[in-house]
Amino acid sequence: MLSYLLRRLGFLLVSLALASVVLFLLLRTLPGDPANALTSVGATPEQIEAARQAIGTDKPVPEQFVHWLSQLATGDLGTSFVSSLPVAPEVTARLDVTLPLTGAAFLLAVLVAVPAGFLAAYRSRTWYGAALSAVSQLGIAVPVFWLGMILIAVFALNLGWLPAGGFPQDGWADPGAAFEALVLPVITVALVMSASLIRYVRSATLDVLGSDYLRTARALGSSFGRAMWRHGLRNASVPVISVLGMELASTLLGAVVVESVFALPGLGSLLATGIAQHDYPVIQGVLFVSTLAVLLIGFAADLVQRLIDPRLRGRLSGGAR
Amino acid sequence: MTTPVPAVTELPGKPRSRPRRSATLVTGCVLTGLVALLALISVVWLPYEPDDTSGTRLAPPGDGHLLGTDKLGRDLFTQVMNGSRIAWEAGLGSVAIAAVLGITLGVLAAYAQGWLDDTVSALLDILIAFPTLLLAMLIVAARDATLGSAILAIGLAQSAVVARLTRILVKRVLAQDYITAARTSGTSRPRIVAAHILPNIWPTLVVNLALQFGLAVLAEAGLSYLGLGAPPPNASWGGMLQQAQATFTTAPAGAIAPGVLLVVLVVGVNLIADGLRDTLDPARRRSA
Repeated sequence: MLSYLLRRLGFLLVSLALASVVLFLLLRTLPGDPANALTSVGATPEQIEAARQAIGTDKPVPEQFVHWLSQLATGDLGTSFVSSLPVAPEVTARLDVTLPLTGAAFLLAVLVAVPAGFLAAYRSRTWYGAALSAVSQLGIAVPVFWLGMILIAVFALNLGWLPAGGFPQDGWADPGAAFEALVLPVITVALVMSASLIRYVRSATLDVLGSDYLRTARALGSSFGRAMWRHGLRNASVPVISVLGMELASTLLGAVVVESVFALPGLGSLLATGIAQHDYPVIQGVLFVSTLAVLLIGFAADLVQRLIDPRLRGRLSGGAR
Repeated sequence: MTTPVPAVTELPGKPRSRPRRSATLVTGCVLTGLVALLALISVVWLPYEPDDTSGTRLAPPGDGHLLGTDKLGRDLFTQVMNGSRIAWEAGLGSVAIAAVLGITLGVLAAYAQGWLDDTVSALLDILIAFPTLLLAMLIVAARDATLGSAILAIGLAQSAVVARLTRILVKRVLAQDYITAARTSGTSRPRIVAAHILPNIWPTLVVNLALQFGLAVLAEAGLSYLGLGAPPPNASWGGMLQQAQATFTTAPAGAIAPGVLLVVLVVGVNLIADGLRDTLDPARRRSA
């Protein structure tokens, strides 16, 4: 297991390095000069050149990359082209919104989807089993921003139970207000997430219910609950965990739309502004931190899968598919 | 006297028809067809000129405007019809790009060996970890916020998903004995791909591409919602929803109709994908 851990960790580092090179090059090859965005319309070539020197984009790309890497080694994500403020504290501040949002939504989605998916499979011939499948089929087709709009219209504008959007200026200083601001966004994300999760849990449960080993266990006198607990759970959880990892990663990165609906100052909205303003250090900073998070999530998912299923231990990455 | 033998309508051993599953396919086709009809009609006829602002602003449904008007007095039903066409263009365009690029890359990656194979799959995995929308935002921000950019961006992002699936499927086929047989008998690589690999993997690919169509429509709506699509009156449903968000409680029609149609289209193609999977793929291999 230790050698596996080391190899997997090496894979993570190589992936991170690869991703940062690709990220850096991709941004530099995109058309559009950040210096243009910084100077006013009708600026002289000299002014544009001065702006380029100020932000360092006049140097060759490899030199810029090395500079960025050496900063990164000290935990410095660079300085924003636009605001001239360091990127790292800004990213950390935004994580105060995005992490609770993603984490709570993920937990809620799992709490809803695992029992619902199991029921949809176990009771697939009853009306509520079929209804659960139909609702999840509908749920994966609903755009997350439209669901958010509807929830705002109903619970914030009509009933007035919760705020329609925004986040307290002083963050978590007033936990009650911060919590209230996150309730609707969390429910929005959780509903969309659980719709697709239900389908995976359902199909994993169906596989287990139709399996030979479960029938054998039952034939040997094991109760259904005991057979599911000893054999079914372990087998069904492996594919579900790899999907959970991917869902968590894509929710973290896909928060931009929800944050836009609810006007939340999260990582996604920081990225959106960064993209609009060609602010490379901000884009790089946000994407680097999220790539790291995505890779760590994948690492954790692979590890948990190998603890559960010894058959996977020979393989470097990925679960049973 | 012999008992009458019932007429054999099916070959023995053939699975019995599954009415519930074909119902999935039919429902999917009906839902998708509805939106397709709106889109086709919008090409030749629209109730109003899209930029006709002569109507009362934010008029409720009825009175010459089936769904009412938007905040500039433009007919909403006209915009919804236009939106259907744009949704179809977005879905078909993105999927076409994803299919051509993804399948080609996937086949090439499957033939690559050793470190090249590892590098390509690691890169694909990382690309896939990024949501389509995020990659599309980067590309659209660099170009103009037009439908064309959105289609290109979504298609490129999705081709990574298609490439990874194709690579896995091709590898599975390449391990079969009949490929070894074909190879030893001197069949060329392009011919093996055309005659043995593609015919074996297309059912799974078609099902996945149908799912990608739905995801592309959703992604385009998301981009337009963020303001990275064409503005009204020729906006996609996502752009219409963004415009209507501020007036949700006073003029709900504009904030509801585009969303409902979006859901109808995506549910429709997803049902078609499910139905196709059951019909084309008897072993019910899952395409994740």
